[in-house]
Amino acid sequence: MGLRELLNGVRWGVHPHDDHKRPAADVPLRVMPLPERLCVPLLQHVGAPALPVVAVGERVLRGQLIAAAQGSVSAPVHAPSSGVISAIGEVTAPHPSGLPFAAITIALDGKDEAGDALAPHADPFSLSPAEVSQRIADAGIVGLGGATFPSAPKAQLGLKLAVHTLIINGGECEPYLSSDDSLMRVRADEVIDGVRILMHATGATKALVGIEDNKPEATAAMRRAAEGFAAIEIRPVPARYPMGSDRQLVQVLTGKEVPSGARTASIGVLVNNVSTCAAIHRAVRAGEPLYRRIVTVNGGAVAQPGNVLAPIGVLIEDLLAFVGLKEAPARLVMGGPMMGIALPHAQVPTVKGCGGILALTANEITDVAPSACIRCGSCVKACPMGLLPLELSAHIQAGEYDKAEAKGLDDCLACGCCAYVCPSHVPLVQSFYHAKGEVWKRAQQKKRTEFTKGLAQARTARLEREARERAEAAARRKAERAAQQAAAAASANTAGGASA
Amino acid sequence: MSAQGMILQTVASPHARAGESVSVVMLKVVATLVPATVYGFWLFGSPAFWLWLITIAAALVGEAVCLRWAGRDPLPLLKDGSALLTGWLLALSLPPWAPWWIGVVGGLFATTLGKQVFGGLGNNLFNPAMIARIALLVSFPVQMTYWVVPAGAPGLFDGLLITLGQMPVPDAMSSATLLGHAKTDLARGVDLLHTELPGHAFNWVGARVGSLGETSTWLIAAGGVALLAMRIITWHVPVAMLAAIAIPAAIGHAADPARYIDWTTHLMSGGAMLGAFFIATDYVTSPSTRAGQVVFGLGCGLLTWVIRTYGGYPEGVAFAVLLMNALTPAIDRLIKPRVYGRTFGGKPAPLQKGKSK
Repeated sequence: MGLRELLNGVRWGVHPHDDHKRPAADVPLRVMPLPERLCVPLLQHVGAPALPVVAVGERVLRGQLIAAAQGSVSAPVHAPSSGVISAIGEVTAPHPSGLPFAAITIALDGKDEAGDALAPHADPFSLSPAEVSQRIADAGIVGLGGATFPSAPKAQLGLKLAVHTLIINGGECEPYLSSDDSLMRVRADEVIDGVRILMHATGATKALVGIEDNKPEATAAMRRAAEGFAAIEIRPVPARYPMGSDRQLVQVLTGKEVPSGARTASIGVLVNNVSTCAAIHRAVRAGEPLYRRIVTVNGGAVAQPGNVLAPIGVLIEDLLAFVGLKEAPARLVMGGPMMGIALPHAQVPTVKGCGGILALTANEITDVAPSACIRCGSCVKACPMGLLPLELSAHIQAGEYDKAEAKGLDDCLACGCCAYVCPSHVPLVQSFYHAKGEVWKRAQQKKRTEFTKGLAQARTARLEREARERAEAAARRKAERAAQQAAAAASANTAGGASA
Repeated sequence: MSAQGMILQTVASPHARAGESVSVVMLKVVATLVPATVYGFWLFGSPAFWLWLITIAAALVGEAVCLRWAGRDPLPLLKDGSALLTGWLLALSLPPWAPWWIGVVGGLFATTLGKQVFGGLGNNLFNPAMIARIALLVSFPVQMTYWVVPAGAPGLFDGLLITLGQMPVPDAMSSATLLGHAKTDLARGVDLLHTELPGHAFNWVGARVGSLGETSTWLIAAGGVALLAMRIITWHVPVAMLAAIAIPAAIGHAADPARYIDWTTHLMSGGAMLGAFFIATDYVTSPSTRAGQVVFGLGCGLLTWVIRTYGGYPEGVAFAVLLMNALTPAIDRLIKPRVYGRTFGGKPAPLQKGKSK
């Protein structure tokens, strides 16, 4: 434990010397001009994909519903600007595999005509919590910190489990990213109002807003906005990655741990991102569905890094064209450098959960060939979950997935602290992803085998039962026949006796 | 510059790395050993330098030959600096005027039988430098306990002749170490209050009999503090080990000064400092958790004191470290950090619905 950890009491995680947030964080927010087309994906959230409600060739207006939610955990999708639907089909998903997923492509007309917005409401506190949740659901709001869990079912869950405290996540611990920072600086009032609406929807009596202490401007703005609301507390937290992880933030702000495998709601708290709160404010007060968001565009290859208010579904190549590139990036990342996903190319749309696009140079990514683990234990000290990454990795290398599972593979957040500090550059996170996939595959396989076994057992039981029934029927018939014969013989005898 | 038509490589996160690599870590450790080593060269003259050079060369050759046999390219792996560090630490633990073949046998033993047979860097169970030192001590007790009095350092060429065994060393120049003196006197029935130590047996500055790592105790300790400051090692092993030597020593000395050496002499003698900061902190052969490292350090220190006080050998750091190395897998199995949201037993923590604060 070093001096810094002693001082702030946080013993886990990493603290990059240069978080690369500035100067991008200090550049005033820019609004991206409308591109020629947008590809709005149907699955931008955890749950079932949205179902298109428009047809190719149809003209849509800004804010119009273009795909409706399906099922209880899902979110609708709205048109970010006016134009004509040019295609409903597959585009490349923001995933390293480069596999396609369904999206609605809109050829924009540049008029940006507004359609019928959702009904705005001047006093959301006169609505019932269920009505507020319905408005959040109608606006297609999902967790904008990156988890993208639909916000309405989450609020309903909070209400059901009677949570008492909202934890508002303004941590933004990933290096390079500053979209939440930028939002809190310029729209702190919206965030605070969103927090109040969410408290009303969940029944929470208190809200703790955790902001990393490397964002003094955002903290000051939020403090000003929260003045007069005693239930909302702005709490600076130490800048230490992964402070923005819900479990870690809950621990730092409340001193409580979320039990393994349980949701934060089980200990009476609900975690929501500051951007989600601002989106809730806009949806409920102004009737604005979620169709745009602030995206940090940063990285050594970007000419004018900064925060950009961009429509959701904008292609990353259009976004990069707006900020300009100084050189060809060696890697494109959606999200931050610690947990973000590497993109195969730039013809990929942004999604609701995308807070940052990084165009990194070869110098920034420092790809080094892995060497042997020297058991230095750096990964153990860095792991925010208290796991032993070196042991998990050794088990996975040996194919012992069950042992890795027994040692807490499921608790791994994939935050990347271990791989970040590893002097041997062992691809730890990659092996954990692989092992999680393998464990899932095996569980599916087992389920399938058990199902097949069940079917086979049912068949055997049925065949046995049928055979038994047949045998019983045959025996019954035989007995009946014997009885009939005996009766016939008896009657013949009596007849004979009578005649005799 | 346009992003159109770009095809990029996709890999798993994270996309950023801290700068430190294995070779940088090893070279930093080596750098902290330089002052102590140079002081030893000044104290004992060029034979110490030649032995140091020969030991490191032998360690590197042993490593390279094994890697070649294993069908791997030796050069990039030699550059990780681990064999250099092993050879260096071994050289610091040898009698400075030992003959050349002690360095050759020790260096080769350390990297081949001590490390490469286990599968190379990261896989060896025992500290390679210490296992080589013990092999030498058990096999060649005369040469390994031939300590020269630091007086009249010979020139470069004469020194080479001494190391190569071409120039006899007069008996008057050799002496036992302080711990050796104490052990012999106690065995003879002379208690420590009546033992007569020659002037060169102990000296706070370090002009005394011993290996390079023993005489320059202050510089070794300073190097250790530098390692702590650079965050290459943490305090857990060194503090636990030194405390576990000092506390029993202090208690023993207070109870019976005629039988037990005092704690400052214990810390300033033998391999205590070198062991606590550079040997027991070896990443590969020590536990990987903080709590485990404390247990490991305590074990190393206590065993060192026990061997020095009650054992047959005057010095026990190497034995103590090797014994605790053997226990490292067990410590790692038994002492684990508590996983977030779980109990110490590994079960999910019980739900406790807290009230609003």
